[in-house]
Amino acid sequence: MTAERTGTGTKASRPVSGRRLDAATRMLPALLVLLVAWQAVVSIGGVAPWILPAPWQVLQALFEHRHALAGHAVVTGAEIVAGLVLGVTLGVGSAVLLCVVHGARRWALPLMVISQAVPVFALAPVLTLWLGYGPGAKVAMATLIIYFPVVAASVDGLRHTDPAMLDLARTLGASRRAELWHLRLPAALPSIGSGIRVAASVAPIGAVVGEWTGSSAGLGHAMLQANARLQTDLMFAALACLCALAIALYAAVDRCLDRALYWQGDHLHLSSTPDPRATPATTDELPTR
Amino acid sequence: MIAARHAREPVMPAARAPGLRIEGVSLAFSGRSVLDRLWLAIAAGRWHALLGRSGTGKSSLLRVLAGLQSLDGGRVEVDDGQPLQGRIALMAQEDGLLPWLSARDNVMLGARLRGQPRAASIERARSLLEQVGLAERSGALPATLSGGQRQRVALARTLFEDRPVVLMDEPFSRLDAITRHALQALAHRLLGQRTVVLVTHDPLEALRLADAVSVLDEGAVRHTLGVEGHAPRDIRSAALLAQVDTLWSALQGA
Repeated sequence: MTAERTGTGTKASRPVSGRRLDAATRMLPALLVLLVAWQAVVSIGGVAPWILPAPWQVLQALFEHRHALAGHAVVTGAEIVAGLVLGVTLGVGSAVLLCVVHGARRWALPLMVISQAVPVFALAPVLTLWLGYGPGAKVAMATLIIYFPVVAASVDGLRHTDPAMLDLARTLGASRRAELWHLRLPAALPSIGSGIRVAASVAPIGAVVGEWTGSSAGLGHAMLQANARLQTDLMFAALACLCALAIALYAAVDRCLDRALYWQGDHLHLSSTPDPRATPATTDELPTR
Repeated sequence: MIAARHAREPVMPAARAPGLRIEGVSLAFSGRSVLDRLWLAIAAGRWHALLGRSGTGKSSLLRVLAGLQSLDGGRVEVDDGQPLQGRIALMAQEDGLLPWLSARDNVMLGARLRGQPRAASIERARSLLEQVGLAERSGALPATLSGGQRQRVALARTLFEDRPVVLMDEPFSRLDAITRHALQALAHRLLGQRTVVLVTHDPLEALRLADAVSVLDEGAVRHTLGVEGHAPRDIRSAALLAQVDTLWSALQGA
């Protein structure tokens, strides 16, 4: 599901909830095949459990350490959500400033583009040094990693408002503020939405890298600890939790964006198949004199 | 057709429609002349069609009148001496409907953009939608409307503004022939006593709706023709077809 739609601007068809269920159901066989293959590799190949534990062992570890893992998941989840909220807010805010303040885009955007060449992961130790081992450094990592994609997508959306609509707004007597609020921002929402989708899928990376650098809690921390103690099954269990968390977050964000972009869905386009109920009173064939 | 009964009466503008005099207007984009000392008189309360091939400056002239384009030379005079700003409404080829607003909210877009309270104008929007025959679709999103219906919402939005001057830029060109024919008549009926400038590339449309037709070429008026009778005219009448001939030769000679 994540791989299918990450980062694409305009949305694929997502008409009814029945379809959503279909997609989930369609993934099941593939998942099952994967698990069977995994189990086969372990049993037939005789791989040592500290190299690759069997799915069953991972499930056992998951159950055994469920309380500890749940605690770590809450920490990591909170870091990711905080980073996402902060990054999206700052990103959209910056994009609006870049588009509204005269000349800001010309001066600040090149700097922002160049700043992207700095590998954000390399900043992790610095952030840990400054913000400590607590969640602050992780939230900062997640925020940093999603900031630019959100800014880029938002600026792109805000810059490409239909000029005919802007003309119309001017003849209707719109102020610059009204134009931004009622026209440019909503028109940019599909672009901003694709930025937020990218953000939702990369925010967990930021949080986990932050945890690897130095932490006392979180799924990244749990993975590192388990790895050091050769508890590979526990490490896989933590990884599974992280995957579930990331997918759940993406699905939630995706759903919220679908709601916010209610006017965008493909199911709205009835032009090719007109609604038969709407015909009698609303055809275009008005009587002419 | 319940709505058609109401549609008979034009929506009278609150203010008297002024006439316009375009005096030697020039406009150039990066050195390329678009309008070249153009002179044109547009009579008060009448329809004036601007006809010409693509790229002859018709739309640019309309943008000038709409105040969206500053001039390189010349001026636009209004016969009552008042500024034109705030007295024009624009209706373009693209309906310009906001996809996230319902038909009714699109009609009231001006009020929304000017920060006027929604409740004050909701009744007016409803009655305008009724007049364009879309009362039942007032809650529909633009994506669920046909091209003709969308352009009718745009017409209702234009009427909502109640401006004495209406500028139309090929508003019917994207519609199929039957829909176009119906909408031309509807627009003509509802826009009533306003001064209307209609940009079109269709001689038949110009002659059906306008009281005067000007042929533009290379940014100047080449030919202006008065049209007899009351619009909307029968497009099969011999008099009209004769004038189509005249316009065709003017267009080709231009």
